[in-house]
Amino acid sequence: MLTAIGFASVYIARQSTVSTGSLTYAGIFFGLYLVAHVVVRRTVPYADPYLLPIAGLLTAVGVTEIYRLSPSDAFKQGIWVIVAVALFAVTLFLLRYDYRRLESYKYLFGVTAVGLLVVPILPVVGQTVNGARLWVHVGGLQFQPGELAKIMLIVFLAGYLREKREVLAQGRPKDFGPLLVIWGMAMLVLLETRDLGGGLLYFGIFLGMLYVATARRMFVVVGIVLFVVGAIGVWKITPHVQERVTIWRHPWTSHEVYCPIAPNHLSLRQNCQSYQLVKSLYSIANGGYLGSGLGRGTVTTVGGQALIPYANTDFIYSVVAQELGLVGAAALLLVYMVFVLRGVRIALLAQDGFSKLLAIGLTFGFALQTFIIVGGILRIIPLTGITLPFVSYGGSSVLANFLLLAGLLLVSNRANRELLR
Amino acid sequence: MNKQISQLGVVALVLLIALVVGTTYWQTWANAGLAERQDNAIRLVAQFSVKRGKIYASDGKTLLATNVRKRIGGQTLYFRRYPTGPLFSDVVGYSTQTRNQTGLEQSYNDFLTGSNANLDTVLHSTLDRLKGSTITGNNLVLTLRPALQAIALRAMRGKCGAVVAMNPTTGAVYALVSSPAYNPNLIENHFREAAHPVGTCGPLLNRATQGKYQPGSTFKVVTATAALDTGKFTPESPFYDPGYCIEYGKEVRNAGNPEAPEAFGHVTLFSGLEHSINSVFCNVGKAIGAGTILNYAKRFGFYKLPPLETPSNERVASGLYSHGTLFDPKDPATQVDPGRLAFGQERLQVTPLQMAMVASAVANGGVLMKPYLIQRIVSPTGKTIATAHPHAIGRVMKPETAAELNSMMQAVVVGGTGTEAAIPGIEVAGKTGTAETGVGDIYTAWFIAFAPADHPKIAVSVVVENQPGGFGGAIAAPIAKQVMEAALR
Repeated sequence: MLTAIGFASVYIARQSTVSTGSLTYAGIFFGLYLVAHVVVRRTVPYADPYLLPIAGLLTAVGVTEIYRLSPSDAFKQGIWVIVAVALFAVTLFLLRYDYRRLESYKYLFGVTAVGLLVVPILPVVGQTVNGARLWVHVGGLQFQPGELAKIMLIVFLAGYLREKREVLAQGRPKDFGPLLVIWGMAMLVLLETRDLGGGLLYFGIFLGMLYVATARRMFVVVGIVLFVVGAIGVWKITPHVQERVTIWRHPWTSHEVYCPIAPNHLSLRQNCQSYQLVKSLYSIANGGYLGSGLGRGTVTTVGGQALIPYANTDFIYSVVAQELGLVGAAALLLVYMVFVLRGVRIALLAQDGFSKLLAIGLTFGFALQTFIIVGGILRIIPLTGITLPFVSYGGSSVLANFLLLAGLLLVSNRANRELLR
Repeated sequence: MNKQISQLGVVALVLLIALVVGTTYWQTWANAGLAERQDNAIRLVAQFSVKRGKIYASDGKTLLATNVRKRIGGQTLYFRRYPTGPLFSDVVGYSTQTRNQTGLEQSYNDFLTGSNANLDTVLHSTLDRLKGSTITGNNLVLTLRPALQAIALRAMRGKCGAVVAMNPTTGAVYALVSSPAYNPNLIENHFREAAHPVGTCGPLLNRATQGKYQPGSTFKVVTATAALDTGKFTPESPFYDPGYCIEYGKEVRNAGNPEAPEAFGHVTLFSGLEHSINSVFCNVGKAIGAGTILNYAKRFGFYKLPPLETPSNERVASGLYSHGTLFDPKDPATQVDPGRLAFGQERLQVTPLQMAMVASAVANGGVLMKPYLIQRIVSPTGKTIATAHPHAIGRVMKPETAAELNSMMQAVVVGGTGTEAAIPGIEVAGKTGTAETGVGDIYTAWFIAFAPADHPKIAVSVVVENQPGGFGGAIAAPIAKQVMEAALR
């Protein structure tokens, strides 16, 4: 329903009529949602009833805004949503009796996750986009393996921490070993891929889950200190990260400064490095309280070029905030909060350690990822390119998010079933 | 583990709440500041989504600026078109995306975009905004006359300089031309072509209000005003012209003024102006002092930005200039050479608009009227929301002084240096000027005039740059004549 309304309003704004195209889109989307719903009812009947509608709503908002920015991208995104729903259905079907089987493959997940993170660094298939090596290019397909690695890392950590939590909780110095190893690896990945957002996300998830497993604040404090030290170290030696911090602290300059994009050329920073951030802030500010309305926001310059580069992936929030205003943006964030609350509730209700850790890991990862990208756009933290869960354009992101949803539904199904028994 | 799960849940919620706070900050607290930033392309788009008001010439029909509608990125944007091309470029200016704005497009942007504080406009703009319909700006009707403007520009073809014509009794500017003119329609996409200099003259400078020229002998009108109005001289005051004047113990030869190379012997102040005799004015200057001359110059509007509706950075003040900046001497008696000042040399720099104001004040019996370009402002619904009212800046001289100067300036055209400006059947009053440029025999040719002399309806000021061996009387006077003739027809 929401997509239908959304598409219709974009269409009305763009072409002043409701065309059959918008309704076809909405019809397909609604059908897809029904399929997902039936799959959920059949495979995980006791699962939390809020999560799927929320995911559907967020996906609808995303596809609508992507359609508004570029109809051809919306078509591709639609294909990815179909693939993701299929993968979602397969996952639920395979793991419907007991997902805890995954626990026994935890090291496989761990190794695969690290492998996926390393793949983009490899020479032939790896690709650098915007100064970060996050992409894998095989055949005609581009893929961002970090998104899947995130889910696998959470599965691994849930299994590993469940097993080692008593030992780790004693806090003996030698038990800091694995922590240091993972810290080192996070730093390495951060250094190699120059992906500040990813590093922060993985390490944040790890610390959060470690704390839940061991209840020791010490780990968190030490972890944060280590991360800050490491981040400063990386900042010192990596110009890419330094640049991000400079942009964050001083996006506007009143005099011309060195512009690394066009060497030997001075320019105001807002016209050079921080162009994207600044244009995105203008977009958000233009929304005001009520927004310009779907499809009525300004997303192109007077000349017709896109106002914000990558508006449909990393910067989709600034378009949503402009078109729906503070009311709409706050409502969207509220939806994210509800999702997080349901996730926390699932973790609380789950009966065993693995399930609890899995649920809170997925939930916290979801929240942290949202914070890292939107916080970056809002200049709360330095901006790093990462997708907004369910809303942003991007195949790997959509797949990973539906897997995350499947994981939460599986845990929730089991917990509720146990409770009813 | 549940306690830790709850704590981590709280952390996650706090992070998301921070996002709500951040969004609120940018959308409410900071949005006004961001909206004003120059590099905010959204602001620019918003500006182009307003249907700017049209600009008309004095007939209310000739369109000087209108809009072209384009659909871009799902939005309807309005771009400026200037149907008359270069004809009004220096007054109307341009409004483009890449080059910002100039001329009335800049200074009247508020009215043209319907964002002025007028009650009627505020009401309409707010209604349009609420309805989501296009905001339409107010239309301007100028005082400029298309025919006069065209004649002036044609007369200046191939020359660098400016023509200003105004009604001396009201201040309404009938023609304001800067040559070479540029085509404002080319500014957006063919800026180099539009700004391409003709010879050595760049077209983007508004020479009528921004061009600074040595006034030469046209300044003698100001000196004569001071001489007569202070009562120290009459038109009949006798002078002896040996062909030079002694200043600081040295001879300043009339030869410096190629209009009056020979010695005239026994003359009066009247014939001194008629034949533009430098030695006469040199002696007048020494007698009344530089301070008095500068005081009268200030009464004519020197040392102030000439009042006009164009942006202030497109106007400059006239007066003495030292090292490129306006120089107002604290002690003129020691700092300024009174003799050379009196016949328009020293470090004087004036604009054609200022000299038109000088001619106007004399024509209007000594009262200087404020020049203006905008006749009325009309709302999109056709309601007149503002009308120009003639406004006197002040009395420059006594009516008797103005009458005496009037007849002296008539003599210039009848039998003096400005005979080329004579119009059969109409009495014309004028004054020539031929200013040295410091380069060989290259001169700046001037002519200021008004007509009919007994009941003036038009006052003009013409300047033509870089004339080899050319006198104001031969080069500028015929242009002034054409413009006055057309205006009085």
